[in-house]
Amino acid sequence: MKNLARYIIARLLLTIPMVFILLSIVFVVLRIMPGDPVSSMLGGHAPESVIELKKEELGLNRPIALQYLDYLWQICRLDLGDSMVFKQRVTKAIAEKIPATIELTICGILITLFLGVFLGAYAADRRGMVQDYVIRLYGIVVYCIPVFWMGLMLQLIFGIWLDMLPIAGRTGPRVFASTFEKTGLYVLDSILVRDFSALGDVLIHLVLPAFTLGLVLSGIFVRLTRANMLDVLKADYITAAEARGIRHRKIVYKHALKNAFIPILTMMGLQIALLMAGAVLTETTFSWPGMGRLLLERIYLRDYPTIQGVIIMIALIVAMASLIVDIIYAIVDPRVRY
Amino acid sequence: MRYSPAAGIGWAISRCAGLGKKYGLEWWILVAGAIIILAIVSMALFAGSIAPFSPHDQDTGPQLAPPGGEHLMGTDNLQRDVWSRIVHGSRTILRVAVLAAIISSVLGITLGLISGFSGGFFDRVLSLVMDSVYSFPGLILAIAFAAMLGPGVINITLSVAVIYIPTYFRLVRGQTLSIKEELYVEAAKAIGASGSTILWQYIFPNVIATTVVVFSLNVADAIMIEAALTYLGLGLPPSIVDWGMDLSMGKKFLPSGQWWLITFPGAMISLLAVGFTMLGEGLAEILNPRLLER
Repeated sequence: MKNLARYIIARLLLTIPMVFILLSIVFVVLRIMPGDPVSSMLGGHAPESVIELKKEELGLNRPIALQYLDYLWQICRLDLGDSMVFKQRVTKAIAEKIPATIELTICGILITLFLGVFLGAYAADRRGMVQDYVIRLYGIVVYCIPVFWMGLMLQLIFGIWLDMLPIAGRTGPRVFASTFEKTGLYVLDSILVRDFSALGDVLIHLVLPAFTLGLVLSGIFVRLTRANMLDVLKADYITAAEARGIRHRKIVYKHALKNAFIPILTMMGLQIALLMAGAVLTETTFSWPGMGRLLLERIYLRDYPTIQGVIIMIALIVAMASLIVDIIYAIVDPRVRY
Repeated sequence: MRYSPAAGIGWAISRCAGLGKKYGLEWWILVAGAIIILAIVSMALFAGSIAPFSPHDQDTGPQLAPPGGEHLMGTDNLQRDVWSRIVHGSRTILRVAVLAAIISSVLGITLGLISGFSGGFFDRVLSLVMDSVYSFPGLILAIAFAAMLGPGVINITLSVAVIYIPTYFRLVRGQTLSIKEELYVEAAKAIGASGSTILWQYIFPNVIATTVVVFSLNVADAIMIEAALTYLGLGLPPSIVDWGMDLSMGKKFLPSGQWWLITFPGAMISLLAVGFTMLGEGLAEILNPRLLER
């Protein structure tokens, strides 16, 4: 455990240069961009002198190098600054939106894992048979469907034609916001205050976005699980279990799957980036008020501090998620030593 | 023997079947992918003669007509023919995705080779930068670049290309590091070959084979990123015909049930991506079965 602690600290320290590099790229890219926050805030018709005054006030006329150093110092104090377009702290803007993204991605990854692992294990068990080919084809095709198109088609089928599920937002209009004040994770909040009609409403709004995200990513997990299961099924202890007369289904889904799951877990860490990118597209398709929508809205407005803040948060989420996956890996598999 | 096209096709088919017996399913995945790509590429090449209308023609028939009759895939709100826009749109997405993959592979392979071969401080800094970019969601970075560069075919190509440089860099650098230690490189050094000779004549040919597979899968990915950027309204001016932009225009008519405006462009994006993925997967299994597991 002492080694694990050391490993965690080393990994945490490594995220600092990563965030720093991304931040520098984004900082420079944003400043080269045509347009600025002042013009988009005041509209195109503001007089030149007013724009200049406002730019001076926001410090946009100083040399980029100075702005950059200032910003870095600010980050070191764990301060993301104020929005340049709205009167709002960046941390507050992000804090309002982050629960929606987390709720969506967690539900998405659960669906992905469930579908991907089960189908992959089943395909490995039926290797070379029709079921195997169909599932492998599913894996390829589903991975190639753009997230937003998957979302639109599910909206069309289940929202418009069958008229079963809502296609936008996190709640219906009749649910009151006061229910959701504790964590911002609506599912958790409505359970905490025991408002089950609100819970039902929240869940029904989650179905389509979560499945959109979950289905698209499940393709990768189908392939991973299948490949790992094929290796595991060749192992001696599986033959031994067969020889002892344990039921085949139990061997495949208990003995083999447990061991195949460890490499799948490591790959999960790498898929977090894909999950975040998918979340941005899912959020825009389903009007889901999360970080992805925040990022896009603020890019159109050229709101530098908020864009930088969101990028830092996403980089941190990706780093933290892959770290957590690594820690789980070390706990699940005692053979792993750092 | 006099050449006859029928015999030529017959030979090609029997050859295909022969290879199919040798490699099994993987070969047929490859062939299916190649056929899909070939079909869409020829659609792009002969767009003018395949499409019944001009993609910009705003007077092809009734507004928002469902598929059928004169309009194979219906018409949109500006009375344009959806099928003609699909045919012409294939040009944009193919150009952007393939060009982006070429740019990022050339840059990524070159930097990876040099970095892995020279080592030292340069290698460490470059690796750190590449790893940082690699671990970050590519689409989000591409969004930032596309917003910075503004709309345009060249700009969107560059935005897509940037995010794939680390993929090639990491692959090539890792291989360069291991090939550098091989005996034949050692021998070349001993007979006095210069650094650049070793790099380009001994290491490069051994690295390039695996990048072919990655290239094909990369094009598939680039297709989806291009579509995502134009769907978000970041990539292209409205005068250019593009599947992603048609999709985002069609989205407005989803609540009123005009399904053909979103179904066809999206299906084409997926189909094209499936084609390149199948080609890449087939190649991977045949060239090097262990590559994709890394």
